Amino acid sequence: MLTPTRDAAQDAATAPPRQSRRVGFNQRLGRWDVKFSPYLYISPFFILFLITGLFPIVFTAYVSMHSWNLLFGQGEFVGLKNYTDVFAQPHFWTSLRNTFSIFVLSSVPQVITAIVLAAFLDQNLRSKTFWRMGVLLPYVVAPVAVGMIFGRLFADKSGLINAGLEAIGLPAVQWHVDVLASHIAIASMVNFRWTGYNTLIFLAAMQAVPRELYEAAIIDGANRMRQFFSVTIPQIRATIIFVVITATIGGLQIFDEPRVYDATGLGGASKQWLTTTLYLYDVGWGNQKNLGRAAAVAWLLFLIIVVIGFLNFAATRRIATGGSGVPSRRARRAAERAAANRRAS
Amino acid sequence: MRKTSSKMWAAAAGAASIALLATACSSGDGGSSDDESSASSDEKITLTVATFNDFGYSDELFAEYTKDHPNVTVKQTKAAKSEDARTNLTTKLAAGGEGLADIEAIEIDWLPELRQAPDEFVDLADPAVEGRWSDAVVGNATLDDGKLLGYGTDTGPEAICYRQDLFEAAGLPSDPDAVAAEVGTWDDYFALGTKFVNASDSAWFDSGVATYQGMINQVKAAYENPDDGTATDLADNAEIQKLYDKVTSPEVQALSAKLDQWTGDWDAAFQSNGFATMLCPSWMTGPIEERAGGVTGWNIANAFPGGGGNWGGSYLTVPASGKHTAEAKELAAWLTSPEIQTKAFIKTGNFPSQLEAQKSDEVQSATAPFFNDAPKGAIFTDRIAAIDVIPFKGPNYFSVHQTVQDGIKRVEYENVDPATSWQTVLSDFSALGL
Repeated sequence: MLTPTRDAAQDAATAPPRQSRRVGFNQRLGRWDVKFSPYLYISPFFILFLITGLFPIVFTAYVSMHSWNLLFGQGEFVGLKNYTDVFAQPHFWTSLRNTFSIFVLSSVPQVITAIVLAAFLDQNLRSKTFWRMGVLLPYVVAPVAVGMIFGRLFADKSGLINAGLEAIGLPAVQWHVDVLASHIAIASMVNFRWTGYNTLIFLAAMQAVPRELYEAAIIDGANRMRQFFSVTIPQIRATIIFVVITATIGGLQIFDEPRVYDATGLGGASKQWLTTTLYLYDVGWGNQKNLGRAAAVAWLLFLIIVVIGFLNFAATRRIATGGSGVPSRRARRAAERAAANRRAS
Repeated sequence: MRKTSSKMWAAAAGAASIALLATACSSGDGGSSDDESSASSDEKITLTVATFNDFGYSDELFAEYTKDHPNVTVKQTKAAKSEDARTNLTTKLAAGGEGLADIEAIEIDWLPELRQAPDEFVDLADPAVEGRWSDAVVGNATLDDGKLLGYGTDTGPEAICYRQDLFEAAGLPSDPDAVAAEVGTWDDYFALGTKFVNASDSAWFDSGVATYQGMINQVKAAYENPDDGTATDLADNAEIQKLYDKVTSPEVQALSAKLDQWTGDWDAAFQSNGFATMLCPSWMTGPIEERAGGVTGWNIANAFPGGGGNWGGSYLTVPASGKHTAEAKELAAWLTSPEIQTKAFIKTGNFPSQLEAQKSDEVQSATAPFFNDAPKGAIFTDRIAAIDVIPFKGPNYFSVHQTVQDGIKRVEYENVDPATSWQTVLSDFSALGL
């Protein structure tokens, strides 16, 4: 076995064209390295996404075109019937109303409070880390635990909040009966959990704002308010948009909080707080076990989120081009880092 | 140096993510090497038992089984809530049974839907267990062709739990036998309630929905035709409408504390004398004791309006996808034997569904200290004997039941006029498209 190898080696040594080809192969390897290595390095994410993201989306579309029972599996092909069935369900429309209402009631106060809190935390405080960790504490609490605690706080007859209202002479609120009241209660759970989290993201962005800008503003005679609106807000614009988009996606998929808001977990007797994901769950895994129809709801929700995502995107572009300056690289990088953290968590 | 280490990190990260991918893809078939081959009698095998809440099965109990069957090791996985177990079971059944335990515990209420997938379960019918349970317990889990889906573990005969002290304060007969004599029918029960609320600040019962549940458990064919399982049109269902009208009538609503069971308000009402009576399946004594700690007046009356009724109870099933179904069936039969279920009853209070266990001295002499030493073993045995209707609950039972429950809730909590709420029930029913 040695001889042929040596022969081959001799061949290679004596024959110049072969040698040059070997160099060429090395070069080609090098070129491939430059060309394809980056894709190889990022491929794990895309492979994972393909398996856990894209495939379920496509498969859901496939399921939504069939009559499909959770227990017996695939039935016959029914085309778009599941979609028309969903449109004919009054509870679906109620769930959309509730979802948007809870989304607005949670996202808007949440983002505003988070920015204001972040602005305070950005000041020179004593024991900074303590305060910063403090705002994040609610995020550590499991959503179901939050739901159970708030469920007791907002209990109609024995709740602490109604007791407080009655103590100061106000009428008790029927938190589990009145539509708006139930939405406010659920939104307060969401806000409790997510405000601190968003605060930290805003704080990261604010710390990346160049201090010279503030110095210049002070020299120009701007007070704290003016600095906040004319320096801080424009500088963290990219982060605000990022937070608004993630809050939108999260808000439209809200599930845990309304699920644990009462004992049945199906949105109340008149579906006062039935959200779309809750409706989806009930159709697919509740009593009906109609996975086909649930898949149709899932796709409708997906489309709604895509539409709203595009609206967000359009708004982003308008703000980005309409503003006086693009956000600094540092601010953007901070936002990206925060985004990566959020994804990783 | 620095460059090298960052390259190494990149390589490590890449390797880690690919390893992650690999494990993610292969987790489905890992970890069950001992389940691979078909079992011969002396081969070492592990059987898994999936339960929820507390079935009273302990590791010592399983060790006892291993002593008699040296080749079998038993492991239990416990879900905290029955809903979690139900979701786990249905989703895995939908995926062809992959990943299910060798023995899966189920609640009686899941049977209607599981009956629709009979091929997923092993037929447990066996001459050795014949006569172990009452016809009602076996009938619920038996298919038309005689296939037995599950072995009963415990059952939920209903009695009336009541507050002796509040009865006394209101000038009502408070002795258990005297109370039992006055609540023989639903009309008697509500009439006594009217007497009570006129003399007390407390309500008579906790929840109209729960009361309705007690009534529906006595209806032979509530929402569906027992012959083919098709849903009866609710608009023409005079029997259900009669029950609905009764529960939502002003007289009965005046007796209700209007609480939703298992909510914070319901919990709190146990401490604040919110109501004086409750429909009380055997397993409910635990939750009452849990919530009413420090309240001394509870007692159990050996009676139930309208005869007897069953609310809840559990079974053990053997999914057909298991590798050792024969051994699992043997274990399930052992676990549901009268001796073991009597032990479980002593431990947890779950009332055994085995006739022999019910007659045993341990069960017959069992008392409930919290309920003024009520002889709960004897009471619930009597309550089982009083059950004369086996209600038919088909695949549509839950969907339809939910719409009627929502209707009652609207009347109780939202002050909606009963007739208006019934119209919504009917439109919800037609939206189900049954």
